[in-house]
Amino acid sequence: MKFSENWLRELVEIKADRAQLAHALTMAGLEVEELTPLGESLDGVVVAEIVAAEKHPQADRLQVCKVDAGQGEPLQIVCGAPNARVGIKVPLATVGASLPGGIAIKAAKLRGVESFGMLCSAKELGIDNDASGLLELPADAPVGQSLAAYLGLPDASIELNLTPNRPDCLGMLGLAHDVAALFDSHVKVGEQPAVAVTGHAQRGIRLEAGKDAPRYLGRIIEGIDPAARTPLWLAERLRRAGLRPISAVVDVANYVMLELGQPLHAFDNDKLEGDIVVRHARAGETLKILDGSEAKLDPGFVLIADQKVALAVAGVMGGYDSRVTDATRNIFLEAAHFAPAAIMGRARKLGLHTDASHRFERGVDPELPRRALERASELLLSIAGGNAGPISMAENLADLPPPAPVALRSARLARVLGVAVPDAEVARIFTALGMQVTTTAEGWQVVAPSSRFDIVREEDLIEEVARIFGYDNIPTATPAGALTLAVEPEARIGELALREQLAARGYYEAVNLSFVPAELLARWGFDDGLVALANPLSADLAVMRPALLPGLVESLRHNRARQQERVRLFEVARVFAAGDPPVETPSLAIVASGTARAEQWGEPSRALDFYDLKGDLDAMIAWGGEPRRWSLQTDDLPGWLHPGRSARVLRDGVTVGHLGALHPQLAKALDLGPDVHVLEVALEPLLTRRMPQARAVPRHPSVRRDIAVELPEQVSWSRIEQTVRSTLGELLKEVRLFDRYSGKGVENGRKSVAMGLILQDASRTLTDDDADRCVRDAVAALEKTCMARLRG
Amino acid sequence: MDDLDSRISQALADIENAASLDALDALRVGLLGKSGIVTAALKALGALAPDERKARGAEVNRVKDRLAEALATRKATLEQAELDRRLASETIDVSLPGRDGERGGIHPITRALERIASIFARLGYQRVDGPEIEDDWHNFEALNFPPHHPARAMHDTFYFGDGRLLRTHTSPVQIRSMKGRQPPIRIIAPGKVYRSDSDQTHSPMFHQIEGLLVDETSSFADLKGTLAEFVRAFFERDFEMRLRPSHFPFTEPSAEVDIRWEAEDGSSRWLEVLGCGMVHPNVLKNCGIDPERYTGFAFGLGVERFAMLRYGVSDLRAFFENDLRFLKQFA
Repeated sequence: MKFSENWLRELVEIKADRAQLAHALTMAGLEVEELTPLGESLDGVVVAEIVAAEKHPQADRLQVCKVDAGQGEPLQIVCGAPNARVGIKVPLATVGASLPGGIAIKAAKLRGVESFGMLCSAKELGIDNDASGLLELPADAPVGQSLAAYLGLPDASIELNLTPNRPDCLGMLGLAHDVAALFDSHVKVGEQPAVAVTGHAQRGIRLEAGKDAPRYLGRIIEGIDPAARTPLWLAERLRRAGLRPISAVVDVANYVMLELGQPLHAFDNDKLEGDIVVRHARAGETLKILDGSEAKLDPGFVLIADQKVALAVAGVMGGYDSRVTDATRNIFLEAAHFAPAAIMGRARKLGLHTDASHRFERGVDPELPRRALERASELLLSIAGGNAGPISMAENLADLPPPAPVALRSARLARVLGVAVPDAEVARIFTALGMQVTTTAEGWQVVAPSSRFDIVREEDLIEEVARIFGYDNIPTATPAGALTLAVEPEARIGELALREQLAARGYYEAVNLSFVPAELLARWGFDDGLVALANPLSADLAVMRPALLPGLVESLRHNRARQQERVRLFEVARVFAAGDPPVETPSLAIVASGTARAEQWGEPSRALDFYDLKGDLDAMIAWGGEPRRWSLQTDDLPGWLHPGRSARVLRDGVTVGHLGALHPQLAKALDLGPDVHVLEVALEPLLTRRMPQARAVPRHPSVRRDIAVELPEQVSWSRIEQTVRSTLGELLKEVRLFDRYSGKGVENGRKSVAMGLILQDASRTLTDDDADRCVRDAVAALEKTCMARLRG
Repeated sequence: MDDLDSRISQALADIENAASLDALDALRVGLLGKSGIVTAALKALGALAPDERKARGAEVNRVKDRLAEALATRKATLEQAELDRRLASETIDVSLPGRDGERGGIHPITRALERIASIFARLGYQRVDGPEIEDDWHNFEALNFPPHHPARAMHDTFYFGDGRLLRTHTSPVQIRSMKGRQPPIRIIAPGKVYRSDSDQTHSPMFHQIEGLLVDETSSFADLKGTLAEFVRAFFERDFEMRLRPSHFPFTEPSAEVDIRWEAEDGSSRWLEVLGCGMVHPNVLKNCGIDPERYTGFAFGLGVERFAMLRYGVSDLRAFFENDLRFLKQFA
């Protein structure tokens, strides 16, 4: 809602300056979004008439004008505006004037010709953005009058950001009522008189849309002057409310909508046939509407129709064929009440948002149509003449219940707000807001005006009291109430702690959007069970990510393209899979590229490999305290992983993630090298931690024996470890792999593996014989199951 | 005797001048070794008369002690010098960078979010969670948004074909947390939310934190107090703060909270930082809580806004570009 400050001050006395008014509006929930001062410092700018104009002898684009500014002798003014011509009235900044932009007007010579002032555009005067030419004033503008006085300046255009519960302030009258309550003032507008009916033509009205359209009024006005011009004061108010003046009929309808909040529509009466029918659209029905588009309707829309065709989409937009044109002499003027539920979402469905739909879907005072119709008739007759016919009206009173009384308990008011507002103040607030208030044993009974249908329950009244009493006047307090401590399970690792651990290992946390392009997923081979948006912002943001890695690798690429060779990123977020409901799984992903260590001096540099990322995973697993529940498998890998340098991550035998080098083909397609390694694991298993259970520290020393065996390359370390463990059982406390070698000195296809066995018995000190026997057993088992040979 | 004396004083001078431990040891052998002069003097005692032997013996022993002491002193000095020499040769350049000192960092959104959540955790708010893919009932209807209401249109919503949607705020977690339990309730619900809006100041995905307190005595005054404390704790300074009336279907009275933000040039302006209000009775009813017995307040804030203010981030989009040159500023 945008409006002229002067207009508001004409409707209600406000004993406050502009800044105070703006502050009061904002603090009453009518947030001032923009305040634009208009026509500041227009001293010395007057209405003038161009009485002669000749081409400048030295410049093609300039004219030398003689201008009558009411000072007797015409003034000579050099002017470059394209629309400067004899006979028009325009603003003249006289010598000595200083314009809002800081331009000081002096007598000057322009290309050798003297000029005594400046003819101005609306922009130069700071009253509009139009800089295309001189501001042309109406022909009856009084020459010599101060422009500010003539235009009602200075003024301000105030734009409110209204919340959807306050449609009553989408009209000046409703706004004036709220302002009156804020400043303890009163609204200076009386009843609207009916115009004299001098015509006879009338149309019947049939309501066939039930509770969606319970009231419809209309009247024919015949014989208006299609050339009639909108008076300046009205055009200025429209302009300051952000509307362009168009024609007398349209301007009057818009003006009354701004003034009262009731949208109106005018039809060309000669295009209508028979009665007006208010009905629901039929399935598949279409209507060419004012903006020239074809509205595709369904029975959810209410239509205004005549005997033959649809005329307008109720509460949204009029039809094209029945529109008022510059040849229209006879109009049918409509003012109706539509239920908000019948209009909500309808304009949106047509891709529209109109001043009418904005108001109707929020709700318009059902008592306004008659008043608005009379007001529009009054204005139109005075501007464009014509004869008003009698008003036709149809209504279903059953669907127009009067506002019901709402009770407010004083104890509840005090409890909810945390402050006792004095009774007299409560009553004053309600009265000032135009509500009828009676005192009851427990508090008050309030009947809101018909414009305030947002008032239906006790809380609505509490809010009104708080709003006008002032939120600033409510004290601050500290919540009392029972304190119940939320129990934090110790067997759970906090997400933040996990993030910090990864940060400590050199990773930076990334946050990507949850949507990814379908194309990117296809490239990775994610095509099953995707969850796609029905209305994505773009194809790039169309699918809920089924994994974090595709997006995170894109982040890696972003950095690689910006001179960051060595990238370490992680992300924690949910991934999505189809289901009913869709499955959301918190996930952790890591990507890394470049050298294993940041460039440094102390160690030989080497490329990052699988074991670096596995080390990161091992560290996270170790934190949970149960590494034996985790394992890796190399079969059944997804296509985006290198088949020989990757693994599935399992916990308790269930796959919970993947780890490895990006598949070289995918890496190549993404323009990445072989150094990119990735990890993605379901977050939940990583956050589970073993609760420590203390045991006695062993009293007997442990013994270490090292063995080195040679065995085939394909025997995995986990198999070796398992063989040793199952052979030695309880006595074996730990196996430490300390060397792994293949190459010179080892038979081709075989490798040498050296490990330390840590042996310990809880009940006694192990002897050399015990230890030797363990070594023999372990070696025998390795020879048997792993084709191992003991190395000398 | 004179001979011994003069040799002793020579020996003491030699000890003092011994340049190395080896030289010193050679001196020791020459003086106190098996064939050293002191040993020889002791051996020579046997040839003396008993009374002369006693006096002479005492003197030789004194000489021996003196020499041993001089040797020990010199040895310690030489050893110390040698140690000093060795340590000096072992000196390293301590200004070289340490090994593996590299560290990563937490994303500024996480950082701000966790800071906010921890402030409320200290006030007894329990952290809860809800799905990001929501149904209409939890995201709108239970929160008192009528179908097609303009308040819904203000939430530019992403839909899935099946009527589900991406939550437009964290408020549905209120519903999920209240359903099936009774007050007192103090919860905080951080998470990702989505609106189909993307420009310089809007991201289609962003982060919110929802707070909710329901008990028998909570009031609008408590809400004001709680938020003032929170803002002070988060920014570590006092702010001029104001609540102004607003409208959210799930709270009434509702408010937007502005703080007086001072720019570096000294100018200041009101900055909207969160929305809040008293929980609407319909919402309590929808969750099976008696609105006559219990009242509550709720608030919702945008984490990005707080992170931008706290860390001086001027472009919202930087949060989601994951540029290391940006992320490293928060390590």
